[in-house]
Amino acid sequence: MTGRDLISSAPSRRGRPWRRRRAGAVPVVLLLPAVLGLAFLVLPLVGLLVRAPWSGMAGLLGDGTVWPALRLSLITATAATAVSLVLGVPLAWLLARTDFPGRTLLRTLVTVPLVMPPVVGGVALLLVFGRNGLVGRWLDSAFGITLPFTTAGVVVAEAFVAMPFLVLSVEGALRGADSRYEEAAATLGASRFTAFRRVTLPLVAPGIAAGSVLAWARALGEFGATITFAGNFPGTTQTMPLAVYLALQEDPATAIALSLVLLVVSVLVLVGLRGRWTGGPA
Amino acid sequence: MANTRIRTAALGVTTAAALLALTACSSSGTTTASSTASSAATASSSDAGSASASASAAITGKLTVFAAASLKKTFTQFGKEFEAAHPGTTVTFNFGGSDTLAASIVSGAPADVFASASTATMTTVTKANDNAAAPVNFARNSLEIAVVPGNPKGITTLQQLSSSSVKVALCAKTVPCGAAAVKALAAAKVTVTPVTYEQDVTSALTKVELKEVDAALVYRTDVQGAKGKVLGVDFAAAQQAVTSYPIAPLTHSSNSAAAQAFTAFVLSAPAQQELAAAGFQAP
Repeated sequence: MTGRDLISSAPSRRGRPWRRRRAGAVPVVLLLPAVLGLAFLVLPLVGLLVRAPWSGMAGLLGDGTVWPALRLSLITATAATAVSLVLGVPLAWLLARTDFPGRTLLRTLVTVPLVMPPVVGGVALLLVFGRNGLVGRWLDSAFGITLPFTTAGVVVAEAFVAMPFLVLSVEGALRGADSRYEEAAATLGASRFTAFRRVTLPLVAPGIAAGSVLAWARALGEFGATITFAGNFPGTTQTMPLAVYLALQEDPATAIALSLVLLVVSVLVLVGLRGRWTGGPA
Repeated sequence: MANTRIRTAALGVTTAAALLALTACSSSGTTTASSTASSAATASSSDAGSASASASAAITGKLTVFAAASLKKTFTQFGKEFEAAHPGTTVTFNFGGSDTLAASIVSGAPADVFASASTATMTTVTKANDNAAAPVNFARNSLEIAVVPGNPKGITTLQQLSSSSVKVALCAKTVPCGAAAVKALAAAKVTVTPVTYEQDVTSALTKVELKEVDAALVYRTDVQGAKGKVLGVDFAAAQQAVTSYPIAPLTHSSNSAAAQAFTAFVLSAPAQQELAAAGFQAP
């Protein structure tokens, strides 16, 4: 119950006498690092807000690079999340619910994109999906598909770095979920797939939702793998982080303005989604 | 309880995600040229380079040089030679895009010398009164078309890059090699639609090395430095977009004697020969 109260010091509960429900004051050993941690995370955002060129904002945002980049960012991040869901949820199920030799190794391999510097990920993607890559060469000769420098390439790069977040979240949720429900479904004659679809999925829906949000957010902020694998061309592969980086080379004011736009949009989307999932007041 | 769990997860995720959204990473390589016995071989050749012999007794300690990425190979060698000529000195380099380096210097990065790939970025530093002395040009560089070895597309002119069957990588206009490319293409009256605007010259070159593009406009020194992994094609308009490389010791240097000496070393005859050997043109 305490978790719930901590979260929702929101308007609807303001009237409650919250102090009475706490046994004594918050211990300083917890409060001090917590406040420091919060300041550490929030101060850079404050810095952006303070240094933002508010007066010239309209001019900076009206030069035609923002909207194509923002649109592309939102589309590709969403597509990358969809790809991650389609491939990642079954992968998480495989890791959590089956037993086979080398599963631990496999689990470690899934997390590799998390520790790999994204630029290295981009190079690795080029070596596999590039025009002369292991798979890319075949894709090119058989189907005439080349991924680098295309919007599809951006989605591939983003999915590569974002999917592990989803897989790990869903796998954690699956391990936390009681497998006896699935066993009960099986004893009642459900096939393993039916049990997965009708029992497991609803059970771990919160984990899938949280994983999707993490993956979406990671994809939205993706820079290194995208610029390395998909390149940078306005309207096709130039996402917001790329636009921010290149603006930073020339004019920090534009970069700050672009960063704020990305920040505001992502926060709005995430807050909106949160309200939908919880079903209650956001 | 299930509801509580969702709520907790969603809130945590919202906050984390908002921060994640801004993580765009960039890195500039930092290398240290260590003074080892192996560099003794080059010491004799650089004796003439330490022309500022009068001050050489006082030169010691650490020296941090911020230099344009295109200078990496030559300057790493200069670092070793400088250390050999002035025992007790340690030269550390920060190679990166000139714009990024200039921005760091203006923001107070601990640099002693700045060697830039463009006059514009050096001006950024000059305007902030960070130069200890007026910048001096020590080299020039011009563009070349880098193509895949064997030149399968048979590219011999700049005009061919405007063909839609040729995939081209250009540097972004905001970085020096991109600015030079814009100038050269304008001089030749050629319009090129690249598949990508790369963040720096090295990335553009890598795209050719990996054969992801057919051609890229990069510096002559980059083609030479790639040692056969790409082929260079000269074009006339390159001479209309020659980049100058200025160098200057910095005001906030904690080792200004060494900073002055290193600047002098780069301008000395032996160093100039090495720059020429790497494909740079005389200033």
